Amino acid sequence: MVDFNRFKLSNGLKVLVHEDPTTPMAVLNVLYDVGARDEEHNKTGFAHLFEHLMFGGSINIPSYDEPLQRVGGENNAFTSNDITNYYITLPATNIETAFWLESDRMLSLAFSEKSLDTQRNVVMEEFKQRYLNQPYGDVWLKLRPLAYKTHPYQWATIGQDLAQIENAKMEDVKAFFKKHYNPQNAILVVGGNVKTEEVKKLAEKWFEPIPAGEKYSRSLPKELPQTEARTLTVNANVPLNAIYIAFKMPTRTDSTYQTYDLMSDILSQGQSSRLYNSLLKEQQLFSEINAYLSSSLDEGLFVVEGKLINGVDMDVAEKAIWEELYKLTTDLVSDDELTKVKNKSESIMVFAEMNLLDKAMNLAYYELLGDAAALNTEIDKYLAVTAAQIKEVATTTFVKEKSSILYYLANA
Amino acid sequence: MLNRTLAPASKQVNDINFIAPTKQQLDNGIPVFTVNVGQQELVRIEFIFENVNYDQNKPLQAVTVNSLINNGTKTLSAKEIAEKIDYYGAFLQTEYGADQTTITLFSLNKHLPAVLPIVQSILNESVFPQQELDIFIQNQKQKLQVNLQKNDFIARKTFANAIFGDTAYGSDISLADYDALKREDLLAYFKAAYKPANCTIIAAGKFEAKEFDLLNQFFGKEWENNHTSKINQSTYAPIVGGEIYIEKADAVQSAIRMGNLSINRKHPDFPALQIVNCLLGGYFGSRLMANIREDKGYTYGIGSGIASLKNAGYFFIATEVGTTVCVNALQEIEKEINILKTELVGEEELDLVRNFMLGSMLGSLENAFSHADKFKNIYFSGLDYDYYSKYIDTVKTINAEELKSIANSYLDWDAMTRVVVGKK
Repeated sequence: MVDFNRFKLSNGLKVLVHEDPTTPMAVLNVLYDVGARDEEHNKTGFAHLFEHLMFGGSINIPSYDEPLQRVGGENNAFTSNDITNYYITLPATNIETAFWLESDRMLSLAFSEKSLDTQRNVVMEEFKQRYLNQPYGDVWLKLRPLAYKTHPYQWATIGQDLAQIENAKMEDVKAFFKKHYNPQNAILVVGGNVKTEEVKKLAEKWFEPIPAGEKYSRSLPKELPQTEARTLTVNANVPLNAIYIAFKMPTRTDSTYQTYDLMSDILSQGQSSRLYNSLLKEQQLFSEINAYLSSSLDEGLFVVEGKLINGVDMDVAEKAIWEELYKLTTDLVSDDELTKVKNKSESIMVFAEMNLLDKAMNLAYYELLGDAAALNTEIDKYLAVTAAQIKEVATTTFVKEKSSILYYLANA
Repeated sequence: MLNRTLAPASKQVNDINFIAPTKQQLDNGIPVFTVNVGQQELVRIEFIFENVNYDQNKPLQAVTVNSLINNGTKTLSAKEIAEKIDYYGAFLQTEYGADQTTITLFSLNKHLPAVLPIVQSILNESVFPQQELDIFIQNQKQKLQVNLQKNDFIARKTFANAIFGDTAYGSDISLADYDALKREDLLAYFKAAYKPANCTIIAAGKFEAKEFDLLNQFFGKEWENNHTSKINQSTYAPIVGGEIYIEKADAVQSAIRMGNLSINRKHPDFPALQIVNCLLGGYFGSRLMANIREDKGYTYGIGSGIASLKNAGYFFIATEVGTTVCVNALQEIEKEINILKTELVGEEELDLVRNFMLGSMLGSLENAFSHADKFKNIYFSGLDYDYYSKYIDTVKTINAEELKSIANSYLDWDAMTRVVVGKK
C-alpha cells in the first residue's frame, strides 16, 4: 500500500505526497506528459535531446547538477515514447534545494548555445553506443516503422537517424519548451521523510508563481487497423539469426491490459514459462526467447523475440512460436498456471514497495493514467483475470494478418 | 519577491545510522546474520559460499555449478523447481562473484514454508543432468558469440586478463572452455563447495524467530556434501603498463578500459583513494564527465572506480567514445590524472564531493536489503563497522594536500594497462 496526499496548485500543477518516515531520504519526481510520440516526423529524437538540455542550466541557476551534488543529492531522467520523467534523491533535510532547482527549470531554461552544441554530440554518441555499435542494436529502429505506419510510435525515442539530432536548432528547443514544459502538463511527486504540510508550503513557494502556460492538447495521427502480414528481412554482421514478431494490442488504460500482461508472463516469465520450456529446453530451437508488452499509452505492441540456435531453419523456428501462440487461442490456461502468474505479479508489486524512488515514479505514472489511487488497486485487476479472458485476447491478437515480423539474419 | 538565484539553506549529512545484523547460528554451525527491519511481509535470504579449488584448466567449473544448481535434483526436475518457485511468487537467483557464489531467495513470508524445502533440495542434492549441461553449453556459447561483437565486452575481458592473468579474476573465457565442461567436474565442485562449513547465510526483511526456526529446520542438520576444499587464494604482482589496441574496422565507437592493480578495502588508504576516484570519475559531476562529456561531447558516459576483491584490488577508467575523437579522449584522460597529481583540489570542489559522498552513503541505506549489503562489504573483507566510521571521518576531514599525495601514490598513467577496442 502506497499512501499519498494530493493537491493542485492554481497554475494547474498536480502535487502528490507520499510520507515515508522510515527513510532519512526524500525523492522529488516530476513527470512531464510529453514523449517521442509528440514529436514532428522530421524532428524525431527531440523529446529525448530536450531531456539532456534540461540539465544545461536554467534561467536563474547556471548549473543544475552542481548545487544538487553540493547538498548530497543525485538525479537522473528518462524519456520514453510517452513521457519524460525527472527525479532527484537527496537527504530529506535538504529537500528545499530540490524544489528550488526543479521549479527554476520549469519556469525557464537558460537556452545556452554551448549546452545545445555539447548535448547534440552527447546524444549522437549515445545513439552510436546503444543503437549502432551493438549487435542487434538497431532492431527497434527497424521494427517500429514496420509495425506503425501513421502513428508516431513508428520512431524510437533516440530518433530516426543521427542527422535529425545534428540539425536541432535553438528555436526548436524554445518552441518545444513553451509547448510542453509548463505546470499544467506536469505531475510532481514528493516522497520520503517529508510532511504534506511542509511540501505544500514549498510547492506554493517555488512552483505556484510559475505561469500556467498554454494547455497542450494532443491530437496524434491514429494508426489504421492492420489487415495484412508485414515482414522485413535484414542482414547484418551478427553471429545468430533472430526473429521479432510484433502484434498490435490495446492501450495501457484498456481493461484488458492486465490480461495481456499475464499472458506474456505465461509465455515467458521465468524458467517455468511456456516458451522457455518448449522452445528453448525441449525443442532447442532458440538460445534466448522472450515475450513482452510495450505498455504504451496509445495502441501498443505485444512482442515475441528469439535468437535461433545455429543451424536451425527460420521457418521451423517461426512455426514453433506460432504453435505456442495458437495454443493460447484454443486451450484454456490451467488454474495452476494462472495462479502462478498472478502470485508472481503480487510478489513483484510488494517488492516494489521496498524502494522509495519506485514508489514515487509509480504514483506519478498512475496519476497520469488517471488516478494515482489505482496503483493500490492494480493487483486486484490482475487477480480478477480469468482463463477465458486470456483465450479471448489471444484469439483477437495472434493473427498472422495483424503481425509485423522482422527477420534479423546473420551475414553468411 | 522570491529570489531564485539564491540556493536555499542546506545541511551536511550528520547522522548515518548503520543497522548491524544480529548473529545467530544454525544447529550445524552455519552463521546466520539477520537484518530484521521493514514493514513488508517479505524476506531475502542469501546462501553465500566461498569459491574454492580454483583450477585454471577448468575456469568455468564454479560458475557453471552456480548457474545449473537449480536445474535438477534427485527429487525435482529443472521444470518442477521453476514451477514451484514461480507458483509461490518467489524468486531464486544465482550469482557468481569473483570470490563468493550466492544463491538468493526472495519470498513473501507466507510462502517460506513451501519454498525453503526446494532450496534445501537444490543445495543438497543437485544432480546436474547431462541434458541440461548440453543446453547450457549451447546457449552460453551463442551468448558469448554475441558478446564478442561488443567492444566494451572485449575491452573488459582483455583488461582483466592483462592484469590478473589466467586466474579466477582474469580468466579469458573462450568458446572452447564451454566445450570442455564435464558433468563429473560439476559434481566434484558441488560436493566440495556447497556444504555448511563453507556457507554463510544473510537474511534481510521481516525475519523473526519463526523464520529462523524454519531456516534451522531445513538447513541446520547435516548436509549431503562434505568433500574437502581449499578457499581460493592468490597474489598478484603489478605488470608493466602500456596500450593494448584491438582494431575493429567497422566500429563507430571505441571502447576504452584502462587501469592497474591497486589496494582493496582492507588497506588504510582505501577511503582516501575512493575520494580521489570520486573527484576523477566517480559521479556525474566528476572531472572526467565534466571534461569529456559535458565540455567536449566525446562520449555518452565515462567513469572510474576501484574494485575491492578478496585477494586484490584494481583501479579502472571506462568509456566508449567516437572513433574520430578516441586519441583526444585518451589525452584528456591523461591530463585529468596528472592535474590530480600536481594541483591541489579547490575547497569548493572538495566540499561538494564531501557532501555528495555523504549523501550518497545515506541514500544507499534505504531498506533492510541495503543494510545487509553494507554488512557483506565489510564482513567478507574481514572488517567491522569501524571501517564505515573511518570512511565517513575521512570524507569529512581529508585535506587537499593529502588527496594530492594519495593521487601520487596510486594513480600512474604509465603503469596503467590501456585497452582500446575499435578504431583510433
